[in-house]
Amino acid sequence: MTESVHKEMLRISDLHAFYGESHILHGIDLTVGEGEVVTLLGRNGAGRTTILKSIIGLVGRRSGSIAINGVETIRMPTHRIAHLGLGYCPEERGIFSSLTVEENLLLPPVVNEGGMTLSEIYEMFPNLLERRSSMGTRLSGGEQQMLAMARILRTGAKLLLLDEITEGLAPIIVQTLRQLIGQLKEKGFTIILVEQNFHFAAELADRHYVIDHGSIAEMIPRDELGSSMEKLNRYLGV
Amino acid sequence: MELSFQTVMSQVMLGLNNGAFYAILSLGLAVIFGLLNIVNFAHGALYMLGAYVALLGFTSLGPLIGMPDFHLNYWAALIVAPLVVGAVGIVIEKTMLSRLYKFDHLYGLLLTFGLALIIQGVFTNFFNVSGDPYEAKPEILNGAVNLGFMMFPKYRLWVIVISLAVCFGTWYVIERTKLGSYLRAGTENPELVKAFGVNVPLMITLTYGYGVALAAFAGVLAAPIYSVSPVMGSEMIITVFAVVVIGGMGSIMGSIVTGLLLGMVEGFTKVVYAPASSTVIFLIMVVVLLVKPAGLFGRES
Repeated sequence: MTESVHKEMLRISDLHAFYGESHILHGIDLTVGEGEVVTLLGRNGAGRTTILKSIIGLVGRRSGSIAINGVETIRMPTHRIAHLGLGYCPEERGIFSSLTVEENLLLPPVVNEGGMTLSEIYEMFPNLLERRSSMGTRLSGGEQQMLAMARILRTGAKLLLLDEITEGLAPIIVQTLRQLIGQLKEKGFTIILVEQNFHFAAELADRHYVIDHGSIAEMIPRDELGSSMEKLNRYLGV
Repeated sequence: MELSFQTVMSQVMLGLNNGAFYAILSLGLAVIFGLLNIVNFAHGALYMLGAYVALLGFTSLGPLIGMPDFHLNYWAALIVAPLVVGAVGIVIEKTMLSRLYKFDHLYGLLLTFGLALIIQGVFTNFFNVSGDPYEAKPEILNGAVNLGFMMFPKYRLWVIVISLAVCFGTWYVIERTKLGSYLRAGTENPELVKAFGVNVPLMITLTYGYGVALAAFAGVLAAPIYSVSPVMGSEMIITVFAVVVIGGMGSIMGSIVTGLLLGMVEGFTKVVYAPASSTVIFLIMVVVLLVKPAGLFGRES
């Protein structure tokens, strides 16, 4: 699949991001089409997480342009950005320890119609039903990850920003997540994955952006992945 | 020394009455500290302001608006004073406190301490420091009730009952409702709650407004018992801060239970060794800080 068949959902141009005095992103340009699954690859510290945080409005200072479905968000207050149909799953999962599993699930406001209902979510994640009255952080790592995913599926968000969702999880859980992302892709979700597990990413993604030192080094479509392996290994240092 | 059951119980009940004030005030401080990370030193001054809204509403509002027969009655003051002071709180948060969140909490403390001094100073300039009586106590709350072991003033019993209702109502909303889940989540990780699309800045403003409205409510409750004076808040707040330190900053139930208990301990001490009653809370604070620095109900971080 190529970009041209998709309606553009996200367009980032000349994005710079700063934390305090440190300049993290140096002019990022990328686009994501509706229904695409795109990964951000790169070493730790290359700026991949910062790109996701910039999109959702969680960096100290950002400049340039981030348009979501044509709406410019660079100066929008953080709490309004999600209402354009975004769901964010942070790297540290962000499960609230003072909230029960069900309260965690119900926390993010609905941002769009067409989200999953609570019963659909419990059908998809039976573990969460069983433990819905436990406090959020009493769950195992895998269950917390499912909760962090389920939480944003309820809101009707169509553009999902997923940061290292397989990190530190058992292979069987990674397998479940792979199926989940596959299903979401079939349902037409647009997904940006920051992923350390290259094999996980390679199977699912339409395109890969390679991030290096806060800039985009390469854009590799799925069908050029085989021929680009050598280049990719150099960037990822594997 | 012979301690009769009756002597002990009557002092403990009076202590519970003081404890009810400690509980409402430290609850407000805990809610504010939880979400705003600000130690609200203006709390005592806003408690005093609440009492003055009730007093002036009763004595001076009528003549001021050209209706000399109009007196804001006690029940109306219980609603109006928290609303007025809550609005003052919202203005303070919007115009001043909101600029300080990105700095250390020391700055919030200094700002609110400064505000407390200014508010208290202005009132000292215009009103009698030794206090004015508030004479709008409703007829129905006059007299005493027989509790079996003692005759207890009706008004003080009312203060205990309504304070408990307000404290546990607030606890229920925070711990058991959807609105409360936003508050708890915002206390834990405000950035993520914002990223989910919740208007956290608005939530912070309203929380500050609610916290100081609680202080004003306590001020109105206190008006018929103590005389209304510009320094009533600064006297109260020192003890309340000790309560908060003992209970643990930021714990809702902790602040309520600690407030009530310490009021009773204070009352009990009056019977056993009266001179120690005003210092016993501070002694407990020292011991708690040595044994459990995060406070009885606080989470170690």
